[in-house]
Amino acid sequence: MAIKDYIRQRYFPQMWCPGCGHGIILNSLLRAVDELGLDKNGIVMTSGIGCSARISGYVDFHSLHTLHGRALAFATGVKLSKPELKLIVPMGDGDALAIGGNHFIHAARRNIDITAIVMNNRIYGMTGGQYSPLSGPGKKATTAPYTTIDNQFDVVDLSIAAGASFVARSTAYHVLECIDILKKAIQHKGFSVVEILSQCPTHYGRKNKEGDAAQMLEFQKNTTAKLDSKALENDPTLIPRGIFVDIDAPEYCEEYDKIVERAMKASQNSKSEQPLVNPLIQQSCVTQ
Amino acid sequence: MTDNINSNSVNDNNGIKPNDINNGIKANNIKFIQGNEACVEGALYAGVDFFAGYPITPSTEIAELLSKRLPEKGGKFIQMEDEIASMCAIIGASLTGHKVMTATSGPGFSLKQEALGYACMAEIPCVIVNVQRGGPSTGNPTHVSQGDINQARWGTHGDHAIIALTASNHQDVFGVTVDAFNLAETYRTPVILLFDEVVGHMREKLIIPEKGELPIVDRLRTSVRKGVDYHPYLPREDGRLPMSDFGAEHRYNVTGLFHDMWGFPSNNPQVVRELLHHLVDKIENNVHTITRYKEHYLEGAEYILISYGSSARSAIHMAKNRRERGEKVGVLELQSIWPFPEAMVREKCANAKAVIVVEMNMGQVMREVKACVDNPSKVFLANRIDNKLINPTNIKTLLRIIQGRGV
Repeated sequence: MAIKDYIRQRYFPQMWCPGCGHGIILNSLLRAVDELGLDKNGIVMTSGIGCSARISGYVDFHSLHTLHGRALAFATGVKLSKPELKLIVPMGDGDALAIGGNHFIHAARRNIDITAIVMNNRIYGMTGGQYSPLSGPGKKATTAPYTTIDNQFDVVDLSIAAGASFVARSTAYHVLECIDILKKAIQHKGFSVVEILSQCPTHYGRKNKEGDAAQMLEFQKNTTAKLDSKALENDPTLIPRGIFVDIDAPEYCEEYDKIVERAMKASQNSKSEQPLVNPLIQQSCVTQ
Repeated sequence: MTDNINSNSVNDNNGIKPNDINNGIKANNIKFIQGNEACVEGALYAGVDFFAGYPITPSTEIAELLSKRLPEKGGKFIQMEDEIASMCAIIGASLTGHKVMTATSGPGFSLKQEALGYACMAEIPCVIVNVQRGGPSTGNPTHVSQGDINQARWGTHGDHAIIALTASNHQDVFGVTVDAFNLAETYRTPVILLFDEVVGHMREKLIIPEKGELPIVDRLRTSVRKGVDYHPYLPREDGRLPMSDFGAEHRYNVTGLFHDMWGFPSNNPQVVRELLHHLVDKIENNVHTITRYKEHYLEGAEYILISYGSSARSAIHMAKNRRERGEKVGVLELQSIWPFPEAMVREKCANAKAVIVVEMNMGQVMREVKACVDNPSKVFLANRIDNKLINPTNIKTLLRIIQGRGV
């Protein structure tokens, strides 16, 4: 199918700023879905609040645009109640790891079959450029006029520590790599995290003098390197890209199905053992 | 003079017969259980098949029991990472076509408010149980209060309408729980069950009705066929909005933003105004059908006690006692708190010499009663706020003062 068959054209043009990386990531995501040949009726895209969260409205899947930070909690309810659905959850860095940090680590811990995409532009874009838990120290933002002193999370390390069974990183610049990683993440059974570095020229780029969208994309290209590559070996300060973790681990909904099976069996057994009449009453009848 | 049960009341077997077994009730259907367990039985009867929760006193038994009972029938239980997440998870599960519930108490109820507002805005059926304890803040976790009446109404931000039900005994806890699920489906709205610690933890008899004895409202699903445009937020002529499950053939958007009939965000002033009117009107215009109450010794009563939840038990006891002494005292027991049954309360209290609101807070329902009766100066508050159950003597003392008889 053509990409336009996956979008709700009625709602275009989208609301992102010129030069924003989120549209590129949306494109990669839809190509990944297309190449996997997934049924649109089988996908629920759940998102929170922020620039990235608006993705859910533009795609022709079941879409659930929820509360700031809570997308994974909503998605957990959708997934556990109907495990045959594919859950894709695009989030911004603040959405996923500040207000939504608790839900993020617990979804990873459960290893529930949801694909979480962290579109990391290192800033709160929709509210006008405040620093996020992924901005890192020494950055400028509207709430950090004297630069930030907060350390940042490493999304990959955090996800691995929390128990995600698939963890990867790419950038908006590396479109083909992104498609490939997203395909693997969506197909993966368990909680998958894909961090995609995105650019926000309007706020982050402008405040931190990183140039226009093209220059910021160039920056993504120059400051990252593939895992196990020569470039990374030569310069360990580069940000590694690729798949860090891809393991088979018990998936939450499948484990719960086993609980259901056990509970049903136990309840049937206890029912067949149960007397038809209350034993106390029977006893009193006998005594009389 | 006996209890008069209003036709809107959820059930009428408050007085349990000593020989139920001989009346054809199966022994297995007679329980001696906690109120929290009665709530679980009601929820299962209504068809709950998804529960997400977080441990909190004094509601935890609801989660504990459902963690056992739901998988037995193929349903799902999940203990989420916090109260917020449990509220979000049930909303997600409701969208796949399931009947959903969560249970909490004071602090947890505060945390659920944002997502509760989301369920109001996105019109997603769900049931939230609040077994009230002393507050504010951590307050008095193991003791009773009725201090969340106004939070149930106004806890989430923005104009909205809400349905909140309550009960004073286990048979009614069962009944209003079934009712809560029915109203949630009928009006596509969150429904709050405002129980309290005494009702939640007290043990008494419950007779579980046979299947079919109480009406059950199932999810109204759209009849729009595949390939034809389905508008998730276009009400039918009767005001109801048929739903389509996530995973079914109609793909649509659900959002907490003001939205058009497609569910897509809109800040068009007309869309905003019409949606807000719809959200409020669908409930406020149906107060008469949502109103649930019971009358106890109310006929010709000169002194009317208005009460609900465990407070009503003391009020009923006191009224019975006074009637036996020839005093015209009666009780109007509210079972629906929101939308407040203004017209009914005004009518019932029209000829009363005094109306005494019996509750365990600083007058949250009293303010509503004052606002709707013809003569607010005849409305008094008989309350306890020390997280101890108000007892008949507390009420009697105040009644004697109002009557000018001294203590």
